[in-house]
Amino acid sequence: MSAESIATFESSLDEVGVECVRTTAGGFESTLAPLLDDPAVGAPLPFDGVSLPESVNADPTVAELEAAATGVTAAGYGIADYGSVVIQGGAAGEEPVSLYADEHVAVVGADDVLPDMDAAFDRLAADVREGAGQSIIATGPSATADMGALVKGAHGPMDVTVVLLEDR
Amino acid sequence: MSAENRRQKAEHIRNLLETEGDSVQQNTRVFNEGRYESTAKLDDYERLKDEARAIKEDAIERLPELVDEVTEAVEANGGTVYLADDAADANRYITEVVDGRTAVKSKSMTSEEIEVNEALEADGADVWETDLAEFVLQIADEAPSHIVAPAIHKSREEIADLFEEVFDPEDPPETAEELTRFAREHLGEKIRDADVGMTGANFVTADTGSLALVTSEGNARKCVQATDTHVAVAGVEKVIPSVEDLQPFVELIGRSGTGQDITSYVSLFTPPTDSPTFGDEALESGDGRDFHLVLIDNGRMEMRDDDQLRETLYCIRCSACANSCANFQHVGGHAFGGETYSGGIATGWEAGVHGEDSAAEFNDLCTGCSRCVNQCPVKIDIPWINTVVRDRINRGKDGDLDFLVEGLTPDEDPGGVDLQKRLFGNFDTLAKLGSAFAPLSNWVAGAGPARSVLERTLGVDSRRELPEFERESLVDWFADRGSRVDPDAARERVALYPDAYTNYVRTERGKAAVRVLEALDVHVDVPAAGESGRAPLSQGMVATARSNAEGVYDALAPAVAADRDVVVIEPSDLAMFHREYERLLPTEEYEALRGNSYEVMEYVYGLLENGADLGALPGGDGERVAYHSHCQQRTLDLEPYTTAVLDDAGFDVATSDVECCGMAGSFGYKSEYYDLSVDVGETLADQFTTDETADRTVVASGTSCLEQLDALLTRRPAHPVRLLDARRDRR
Repeated sequence: MSAESIATFESSLDEVGVECVRTTAGGFESTLAPLLDDPAVGAPLPFDGVSLPESVNADPTVAELEAAATGVTAAGYGIADYGSVVIQGGAAGEEPVSLYADEHVAVVGADDVLPDMDAAFDRLAADVREGAGQSIIATGPSATADMGALVKGAHGPMDVTVVLLEDR
Repeated sequence: MSAENRRQKAEHIRNLLETEGDSVQQNTRVFNEGRYESTAKLDDYERLKDEARAIKEDAIERLPELVDEVTEAVEANGGTVYLADDAADANRYITEVVDGRTAVKSKSMTSEEIEVNEALEADGADVWETDLAEFVLQIADEAPSHIVAPAIHKSREEIADLFEEVFDPEDPPETAEELTRFAREHLGEKIRDADVGMTGANFVTADTGSLALVTSEGNARKCVQATDTHVAVAGVEKVIPSVEDLQPFVELIGRSGTGQDITSYVSLFTPPTDSPTFGDEALESGDGRDFHLVLIDNGRMEMRDDDQLRETLYCIRCSACANSCANFQHVGGHAFGGETYSGGIATGWEAGVHGEDSAAEFNDLCTGCSRCVNQCPVKIDIPWINTVVRDRINRGKDGDLDFLVEGLTPDEDPGGVDLQKRLFGNFDTLAKLGSAFAPLSNWVAGAGPARSVLERTLGVDSRRELPEFERESLVDWFADRGSRVDPDAARERVALYPDAYTNYVRTERGKAAVRVLEALDVHVDVPAAGESGRAPLSQGMVATARSNAEGVYDALAPAVAADRDVVVIEPSDLAMFHREYERLLPTEEYEALRGNSYEVMEYVYGLLENGADLGALPGGDGERVAYHSHCQQRTLDLEPYTTAVLDDAGFDVATSDVECCGMAGSFGYKSEYYDLSVDVGETLADQFTTDETADRTVVASGTSCLEQLDALLTRRPAHPVRLLDARRDRR
C-alpha cells in the first residue's frame, strides 16, 4: 500500500459515485453499523479480527437474498486508478450477496489497494491459475442507459460503499 | 442499381431518418463525445492500442493452436468445448444441451448471428433476453440496431408504450427509472426460475479457459450464478493467449464503446464456477454446475485466410466505428447493418459470416471519410475493408465476362460495375471532357432534360448542383503564366499537385495556393498529374485506383527524385498519398511520396516556422471566419496547422466539431443517399448558423465539404488558402 494509491483510490471512487469509509479492525463494527439498512445479508469476511455483526444474515434463503437492502462482502483488492473493487466470488456466496442487494458494501484491506490495471492483472492472473473461479472487476453501481436515461441499479446494486481497513 | 431500387432505398432511408434518426443521433453522439473525453485521459492511449492490436494479430495468427489450448484448459476445469462449423451446427449442439429447459441470456451478438433463440424456441425451450435493451427488442420483435446498445433507436416514450401494450400493468411505468425497475422485476423472476444461463464472451483466455464478460447491468453475472448450466457462445476469434492479455482491452473497450472509463462489471469467469446457485428456497452449492463453451467458426477461419478480411477478426465489437460515423449517427443500424452486424466494421463481418450479398445492402453507406480509423482500439483500417468488399461486389458473379462494356470504358475495372459507380469512378475523364467543352458542357449538364436523364439512368440527384468546369485548367493556366520566383533564389522548390477538382473545377483555390507559396518565396511547378485514384477507390474500383496512383506517381516522381516537396490542396488526395497508396504502390514509391507530401496549409505553417515572412501575406485584421476541416485531414491530424496559420495571420477562427459534412465526394450526388447526405450536412450547417458563427466568413479544406456547405448556407465558402491570397476579392 502506498498513501498515494489510497488517495487515488478514494478520488476515483468518488468519481464513480462510491462512498469510501476508512476504518480499522477495532472500529469496523461501529463503522459498518450506519451503512447497514435492514434486512442485510453478508458473506464471511476473511480479515483477522473482523467479522459480520449478528444483524447481518450470513446464510440467506433465495427470498431473503432478493429482499436484501444491504449486502456485505469482502473484495480481494482495489484498483486505485479506476476506483474498482475485485470481487472474488466463491462457494461462500460473495457473488450473489454482492449482486442482489440494493446496496453493496465491499470491505477491502488497504494493503490490497493496487495502483493500476497492470498490477491488478498480475494478481488476477496468479489468482486464476491458483483456482479462483471468478473475479469481478466492479466499478460503481450497476447501471443502464437502455431506458432512455442513465439509471443506477439495473440488475445489480444501485449503491456501492467501500470500507477500507487501514490496519492491513 | 435500377432507378426503382434507388427510389426504394431512398424511401427506406428517409423513413429511418424520420422514425429512428433522432434517438440514434442523440445516443451515438453522447457515446462519441464520451470516447473523446475518456481516451484523452489516458497517458498511453496509442501504446494501449498498439498493444491490443499486437495481441489480436498474434492470436489470429496462432488461432488453431490457441483453440486446442483453450479446449484442454476448459476440459481440465471440468467443462466442455464444442467447436461449431456454422450456425446450424452450433444450434444443434446448444439445443441438445438446453433440452427444452428455460434459458436466460445475456447480450451476445454471436448468438444473434446464429439466431439461437429461434432454434431453442422451435425445440420447445423458453428463452429470455435479460439485457434490458435486448429484452425491449425481444418483446418488440425487432433486431438490434447497434452492437453495444441494441435498442439505441428507441426513445423512452416508445419503450413505455411498448411495456404498456405488452404487459398491461396496473400502474404503467413511465420514467427511465420506473421502466428499469419494471424490467428488472419481470426478468428477476425469469432468472430465478431458469435452468440454463447463456452468455457470450468478449474474450476467452487460452491458458486458463476463462471468459471475460464486459457489462454494466449485472445480468450476465446473474445468468451464470442463478442457473445450473452455463452455455457460452463465442466466435473462435475471441480467444486470446493469456489472462494478462486482457489488460489493454479492459482499459480500452468501455472507453471506445460508450465513453465510460470502464464498464460497471468486467467479469472474469473460469467455469464451471462454484458460486451458490438457487434451489427452491435455499441457496445451494454450485459445485455441480455444467459448463459448455461453444466456439463458432461460421466463416471465420476462411476470413483468417483472406488477406483483406483478416483484420476484421481483430474487432472487439466496441462500436467506436459506428459511433464516430456521421452516417450511422443519423440513420442508425437498421440502415447500416446486414443480417446481424451494423456500423463501420459490419461490412467485414457480414461479408465473412453471411456473404457479400448481406454486406452489399449497406456497404455504400461508408463514404470512406476515415473518421473511424483513429477511433478503432485495434487500429483496423475499416474504410479499406469496405472498399475491398465494394470491389468484390462490383465484380459480382458475371462481371468479368462483360467484355463489351469493359472495352468501351476508360477504367481498369470489369464490365459488371454499376453505371453510377463507373460514372463517379471516372471523374477524371469526365472533368477533362467537361473542361474541354465548357461552358457548353456546364449548360447542357445543368439543363432540365439532361438532369432528368442523369437522374433516371445514373441516379445523379437533380436537387444537387453539379460542379461547373472551367474552360482553362489550372495546369494550362500555370503553363501559360509560368513561375514568378527564381528557382535559384527560392526558399524552396515544390510541385503543387493539381487534383482533378482543383484542376478543372475549383481552379481559384489552385491559383491562390500558387500565389501564396510564391509570396513566401517558393518556386512552384504544377506538373500535369491526373486524378489520385480517390474517385474510383470510393466506388470500390480498386484496379482503376491503382492505375491512377501509378500515373500520379510517374508525374510526381521527378520532383520527388529531386527531393522536392509535393504540396497537396485536396485533403482526400493527400490522404491517398499517406494512407491508401500503401496498398496501391510499391513500398518504395509509397514511402517516397508520403515522406515528401504535405497539405498546403501544413506546408505554409512549416514555411513560417522556418523563417518565411508572415508579413508577405495579407493580414486577417481580426476577420471572423468559421472553418470546417476535412474528415481525412482530421484523421491525419492536420487540422491544427490551418487554424494555427489563420490565428497567426490575424483571423478570428471558430471551428466545427461534427464528424463529417455528409457529402464525402460522390455520396451526396447519389439519388438514393441525397437525403441522408443533406441530413448529415445540416448538423454542420447548424454549427455555422448560430449567433456566434452566422456572420463569419466560411472556409473549408475539402472540395466535397465546400460543395455541401455551398448547398446548405447562403454564404459562399472558400478554401482557407484563399484568405492568405493578396488577390482575394474583398467584399
